[in-house]
Amino acid sequence: MAEALVSIRNLKKSFGRTRVLDGVDIDVGKGEAVVLIGASGSGKTTLLRCVNALERYDDGSIRVDGVEVGFRGEGAERRPRGERELSAIRADIGMVFQLFNLFPHLNARENVMLGLQKVRGLTKAEARERADHWLAQVGLADRAENYPSELSGGQQQRVGIARAVAMEPKLLLLDEITSALDPELVGEVLAVVRRLAADGMTMIVVTHEMIFARDVGTRVVFMDGGVKVEEGAPRDLLVNPRSERLKAFLSRLEMH
Amino acid sequence: MSGAFAFVVGTIPFLWQGLLMTLYVSAIVVVLSVVVGVVFGVLLAYGPWWARWPLRAYSDILRGTPLLVVIFTIYYLLPFAGLNLQPLPAVLLALVMFKTAHVSEIARGAIQSIPQGQTDAAKAIGLTFFQRLAYVILPQSVRRFLPPWINSVTDAVKGSSLVSLVGIVDLMLAAQQVIGRTYEPLPIYLLAAAIYFVINYSLSTLSRRLEARYAYIRE
Amino acid sequence: MQYHLNFNFIWRYSEKLWSGLLLSIELALVSILIGCLIGFALAVAYNGGGRLTRWLVAAYVEFIRNVPLLLLVYLVFYGIPSAGGFAYGATESFVVTLSLYAGAHLVEVFRAGLDAVPKGVVDAGKAIGLTPWQRLAHVRFPVMLRIVLPALSNTFISLFKDTSLASVIAVPELTYGANWIKTNTFRAVEVWIVTAPMYLITGWAILAALRGLERALIPRRRA
Repeated sequence: MAEALVSIRNLKKSFGRTRVLDGVDIDVGKGEAVVLIGASGSGKTTLLRCVNALERYDDGSIRVDGVEVGFRGEGAERRPRGERELSAIRADIGMVFQLFNLFPHLNARENVMLGLQKVRGLTKAEARERADHWLAQVGLADRAENYPSELSGGQQQRVGIARAVAMEPKLLLLDEITSALDPELVGEVLAVVRRLAADGMTMIVVTHEMIFARDVGTRVVFMDGGVKVEEGAPRDLLVNPRSERLKAFLSRLEMH
Repeated sequence: MSGAFAFVVGTIPFLWQGLLMTLYVSAIVVVLSVVVGVVFGVLLAYGPWWARWPLRAYSDILRGTPLLVVIFTIYYLLPFAGLNLQPLPAVLLALVMFKTAHVSEIARGAIQSIPQGQTDAAKAIGLTFFQRLAYVILPQSVRRFLPPWINSVTDAVKGSSLVSLVGIVDLMLAAQQVIGRTYEPLPIYLLAAAIYFVINYSLSTLSRRLEARYAYIRE
Repeated sequence: MQYHLNFNFIWRYSEKLWSGLLLSIELALVSILIGCLIGFALAVAYNGGGRLTRWLVAAYVEFIRNVPLLLLVYLVFYGIPSAGGFAYGATESFVVTLSLYAGAHLVEVFRAGLDAVPKGVVDAGKAIGLTPWQRLAHVRFPVMLRIVLPALSNTFISLFKDTSLASVIAVPELTYGANWIKTNTFRAVEVWIVTAPMYLITGWAILAALRGLERALIPRRRA
């Protein structure tokens, strides 16, 4: 495996009394696209949100490019990071959401420009140029002035991707980005992600699209009950599942 | 008929001074309460418990008490608390405190109506707390904030009439003083009512325009 | 100058406050009742009426809602009798005022509620052969009631608080009682420290009662 960009060790997280993550280890090398699969409630989305510090984890560690995401200091000195540090860390980790979460009061271009101007400190002209570049990359050059409510779901999600990658993150997190889309709009979004993967963008992807997992994923991780059950190369894992739990999961998918 | 008309017109200079006081009181109350109220609203939505808890008590107590009683209570409590204010500043303080309680609740509601996904997305591109507030949350909250707030502005104009009860000569008291001299209650009260109506009706018309301007989301 | 709190006077005259509170509640109840009748009748008239009806209802609502209640109280008590050459008691006058005021606010609530009654429910009433009045009484009204209850609670609490304005025309309700004690004992701080919570707690009690009614009338939905 290439040099690890992300290393997750013994990650634990509970909501109240419910343990959602129960000691997960995952490594993601530079340029890899790791796909997390599993039933809803298996903890995969929570894991993704922990990597971006949208959730605080209770125990274990997540390092991105050598930096612990949620905490500073070691051992007894370990303290949750403050807002300012978290913001700086998140700026280098892009995230695309299931429900797009575009800013409805900003048009497509402004959605992409906001982080570039306020976080990256680009001038308005520079931000605009880079935003237009990425909107063109996702095939929306002619939609820059449209507000989210004037765009289809697939177009909104492509703006969401442009907004994330325009920040030039080290790592991109995709959280079930096609599950809120009408079936005929899924393809246009996945095509954009395929190209990003081919260009060497490091990604962690949560998805229910097994074909996508197989085509784009360099590795697939199957999670169940807050733990990693199995991991391996997509073609191998999805065709020859070893654990009973993965077999059951895959057979349930086929029935749909 | 023309005699009655001339009589009503003749009272206008007296009422004018009162109207200026009404507008002055309303403007002070509206401006100060929106500044403090929005800060309180942000604290109610995001603040630590030691800020939220007293603000919630403040807002619930003032909103649960009649404005007239709030005015009298604060008016008579101020000297007791060591603040010897003139009647006008004292009653202004009472009105501002009352209105701030309402505005803070409107602001909190508007802020909390913004879906969590907006905060997530703003965090994900690395915006800090104040940046998220300034560029993502507050601009969207404006839309939810405006209709009830304009409503509360007309309430402030109407509520300003209570300053007459502590002897401040606003439009209300000016009208009564004119009546005291002329013994013509009905036309004078109707004229005063018409003036209040024009102010408040213009405000609510303005608010409908503003709402249309912020309707960037098709629902 | 040191001021010492002394509540003895308040206890001596507490009868003024209790009878005042009772009258405040009565004023609110009667005005709310009449206001609901006015509000519902005008809401039905507005939703089913022609242009003139709509204009008249709208004029009434907009006039009342855009003028201070204090002014309306004076207008009805001093203004109208002066022109009509008759007189009525302060309490009756205030009930008339607050009822008209309540009516104007409740028209809006009921109108929105009637509009929110699903069309399919009314159609179902038609389908089983109910006359328009039967549909109003047995379908539209009960469905509307469940829709508007939360908004009604807020309006009712507001109206209860608004009864404090009756004090300005010497109706002996709670605020008037408090003012009386203040004038006769010069114990202003004490009397308001006691009076304000009386309004607050009564208001919360009314709210709790209405919330209970809501729970009884509206079955909890599970999604």
